[in-house]
Amino acid sequence: MIRPLHPYKPKLVVIGNGMAGARFLEDLLAADPDRFDVTVFGDEPYGNYNRILLSNVLNGTQDAKEIFLNPLGWYAENGITLHAGQRVTRIDRETKTVWAGELCVEYDYLVLATGSKPFVPPIPGTTLHGVFVFRTLDDCRHIADYAQNCKSAVVIGGGLLGLEAAKGLMTHDVAVTVVEMAPWLMSVQLDEAGGKVLGDTIANLGITAKTGASTKELTGHTSVTGVKFADGSEVAADMVVISAGIRPNVDLAKECGLACERAIVVDDQLRTSDPAVFAVGECVQHRGMIYGLVAPLWEQTKVLAKALSGEDTTAAYTGSKIATKLKVMGVELASMGRISDVKPTDEVVQFSEPARNVYWKAIVRDGRLSAACLLGDLGPADDLMRMFQADAPVPQRRLELFFSANSAGKETSLADLPDSHQVCDCNGVCKGTIVAAIKAGKCTVPAVGKATRAGTGCGSCKQLVKGLIEAVAGGVKADPSEGWYVAAVPLDKPTLVTEVKKRGLKSVSAVLRELGTGEDEKSKNGLASMLKGLWGIEYIDERDARFINDRVHANIQNDGTFSVIPRMYGGVTTADDLIKIGEVAKKYAVRMVKVTGGQRIDLLGITKEDLPKVWADLGMPSGHAYTKALRTVKTCVGSEFCRYGTNDSTALGIALEKRYQGFEFPAKVKLGVSGCPRNCAESTVKDVGIIATEGGEWEISVGGAAGAHVRKSDVLCRVKTQDEAMRIIGRFLIYYRDNAKWLERTYDFAPRIGLDRLKDILVNDALGIGEQLDAEVEKTAAAYVDPWLERDKPAFAGQFEGERRVPLPMLA
Amino acid sequence: MTVALTPAVQFVLVCALADLPVGLGRPFNVGGHSIAVFRTRAGKVFAVAGRCPHKGGPLADGMLAGEQVVCPYHAFRFHAGTGECDQHNVCDVATYPVQVTDGAVRVGVPA
Ligand code: SRM
Ligand SMILES: Cc1cc2nc3c(=O)[nH]c(=O)nc-3n(C[C@H](O)[C@H](O)[C@H](O)COP(=O)(O)OP(=O)(O)OC[C@H]3O[C@@H](n4cnc5c(N)ncnc54)[C@H](O)[C@@H]3O)c2cc1C
Ligand code: SF4
Ligand code: FES
Repeated sequence: MIRPLHPYKPKLVVIGNGMAGARFLEDLLAADPDRFDVTVFGDEPYGNYNRILLSNVLNGTQDAKEIFLNPLGWYAENGITLHAGQRVTRIDRETKTVWAGELCVEYDYLVLATGSKPFVPPIPGTTLHGVFVFRTLDDCRHIADYAQNCKSAVVIGGGLLGLEAAKGLMTHDVAVTVVEMAPWLMSVQLDEAGGKVLGDTIANLGITAKTGASTKELTGHTSVTGVKFADGSEVAADMVVISAGIRPNVDLAKECGLACERAIVVDDQLRTSDPAVFAVGECVQHRGMIYGLVAPLWEQTKVLAKALSGEDTTAAYTGSKIATKLKVMGVELASMGRISDVKPTDEVVQFSEPARNVYWKAIVRDGRLSAACLLGDLGPADDLMRMFQADAPVPQRRLELFFSANSAGKETSLADLPDSHQVCDCNGVCKGTIVAAIKAGKCTVPAVGKATRAGTGCGSCKQLVKGLIEAVAGGVKADPSEGWYVAAVPLDKPTLVTEVKKRGLKSVSAVLRELGTGEDEKSKNGLASMLKGLWGIEYIDERDARFINDRVHANIQNDGTFSVIPRMYGGVTTADDLIKIGEVAKKYAVRMVKVTGGQRIDLLGITKEDLPKVWADLGMPSGHAYTKALRTVKTCVGSEFCRYGTNDSTALGIALEKRYQGFEFPAKVKLGVSGCPRNCAESTVKDVGIIATEGGEWEISVGGAAGAHVRKSDVLCRVKTQDEAMRIIGRFLIYYRDNAKWLERTYDFAPRIGLDRLKDILVNDALGIGEQLDAEVEKTAAAYVDPWLERDKPAFAGQFEGERRVPLPMLA
Repeated sequence: MTVALTPAVQFVLVCALADLPVGLGRPFNVGGHSIAVFRTRAGKVFAVAGRCPHKGGPLADGMLAGEQVVCPYHAFRFHAGTGECDQHNVCDVATYPVQVTDGAVRVGVPA
């Protein structure tokens, strides 16, 4: 057969670039990337983002940029024309064209994915300043901005979204009242008793709930000042967020004459009343149902992609059974089916444990689970969801719904789950799909997420994904970039070090030029740290490879000023030093003088210009509170003073800090020395912890953490003398410095290498590198220069200068 | 009567090229405009607004990743030429034209 050179591709136009529209495109590309000439219209001016995560953006746990799914470049790469920020205003089915203002695009097939819009009740005052809805990224930003100047807020609507909005507002220091018309919160998912449990939980969080309240008016002149209720009562509010339900966006479809009821009516292939026009997502009514969660959309887009691309023309969507796990305000919640739908013949099984705010309820109809809700503890949720999805018979002893014979005490092992078990409920990803991805080399949670989308929704299944990776990846080769020291140079650390040495590369720019494949700030920082360790005084220090903190030896603050933390070896100071610190604080009108969590004193709010002067006046060395280096050595008073002390912990702490100050590492390093097992210096959660034992020996442990992660350190060995302790610790520090990945802290490094191996290398010197490590300690200590000495001789132009004022030239 | 035709942009001398450290930026305030001027390793000089549109991070304190400025606060990236943020349309940053002649750096600000 002769194929034409440029075969005619049917034109496919998609209206709506939200969760359903964008997912449909991905499914379509997966089915057949070349089938259509695709154009997409999106009202919002972005690529597409994960709407579910807006709650996180509002409450500050995620940055807006982290929730984007496909950047604009993705559309171009896949040959898709995207009109972002263009609202389609008219569809002409006669001429098969869609119009966005003046812009006109022809179609052969049209897909509507217009989603829904927030419902704003028809009451006075909804157009006042300070009244918001919560649906888009822009809404989120406007709410957060406005909240800056607010003390109180009312959220109208006590459903899932309203509560998320309330939680988000709480994080902006606003007193929040949630108003709900129904007699209890989340009336769609919960029954009265469940609603009460939730009410108690959120009251504990400091949120006021007003239920059974019907809003009559929003009061205020130009800006909102309060909410009035039907019973005459009133609540003052500086801002109001309306979250009173959603309405499908059907106007476009209605205007062009497509069959619509509450939403756009579609058949099992998502086809509307016009055979060339399809619809997916929240704007769709299928077999009488409208869905407001993402899981059903994924099923819809898959079917539509298969049917339209011709991959499977018989694909059919038969409706979704809604079962979700949610986290509302920190409360675990699982809901399946409609809990309010109870017939007289149904059996209701309930369990509650008020002390822990746990409430479980299941409704059994004809021996099958027809609905359930679980609150506070999701122990039986997975089993119930499986039963619900499969429409499987429930146990004869109904009690086993919650307390199955094998659930008590014993978790079902991941390996036992069938491949069809859904792991990611947000994206409908099954165990089998994830396992396949892991076997194909995706051995990190983000890599699995990228390949399968598992874990990219609400994130609650990430732990399971991690477990699967551990279970499956045993004999599988890991994603190569995982092993690279930094992203811009595709080499693992040992190879990188060999190449750098062989080629004599002594600066970051030289390494990037010869070995790099890109350039990003993290890689530059990582290389700078590594090269400094590798070359010592021969290292060519390029300041543009360093983060601002490492360029000016202080920590940048949220107003552009800096903090100054001088060394206070082992947390021990003197009256004279304290007086000096006090005088400096006064002289420079320091905004805050603070005792840090690392046993020293922080002067906060110093301008860049003042840094050299402050350092000079203090006359103390840098505490390195800013760079990836040795931070503090925390100590307790020890045997010198303490009645329990068995050894001199302050002396060892001071010696350690003096020896290892200024050593740079792939991540920061903190030490702790305690004078007895009471462990007052919290040594067991430090990168290196030392504890004096009953007999006065030192027990050395490594890999502890108590920041974003908490981990108890692993005991490496016991030694008798301070010298031995110093030596073993030095060996560990250098071994860590030379073998860890950039930003890998000891709490990840130590378990990665394994305690036994660390003992072999560091204590038993199995590799025979002990002396080499000792020599590195000497070399690095000798290369130490207090960076604050740059006060006398700035390292580059403008290092300690603020904004230079340049007046405009006078007009002649 | 004469009508003075003011150009839309006037170029103002801000510093000598040697005052710009290679690969880094410096902050200027030119007649009320807060501006960060950078000099890349490849020798290109460019200027963007001094404050990050996200939360006001001082961009002159940022690092360069190729032709992008990385804000020191939360690592949003802005393209030197277009001011485009790596999150399209989320918060693009203003850019200013630059002239480098005889070792002098001039930045164009609205006249
Ligand atoms: C000043 C101080 C808080 C205080 O007022 O007490 C502090 C302040 C900062 N810490 Fe911390 N940490 C401080 C003690 C701690 C401690 C407690 C300790 O050192 O005993 C921890 C837990 C132990 C640990 O390190 O794991 C701690 C765990 C963190 C973490 C989490 C690290 C992790 O991997 O889990 C970060 C974030 C990071 O490093 O990426 C962090 C990051 C930060 C940064 C540098 C954030 C930043 O990049 O701007 C903060 C600088 C604030 C500022 O504007 O100056 N800080 N930070 C403490 C300085 C101690 C010192 O004298 O040097
Ligand atoms: C804050 C928040 C939290 C949520 N949390 C969860 C959760 O935890 N779990 C869950 O399952 N669901 C959650 N949801 C619901 C979920 O986000 C929606 O079900 C889903 O986004 C619906 O997808 P959609 O594509 O149909 O609609 P949308 O994502 O709304 O996309 C529709 C898009 O079409 C555009 N559009 C409309 N009309 C036009 C036009 N004429 N021209 C051009 N473009 C147009 C709109 O601007 C929009 O971008 C949440 C929703 C919100 C707002
Ligand atoms: S915990 Fe640390 S990083 Fe977080 S705000 Fe406090 S000082 Fe900053
Ligand atoms: S202030 Fe610039 S990225 Fe946040």
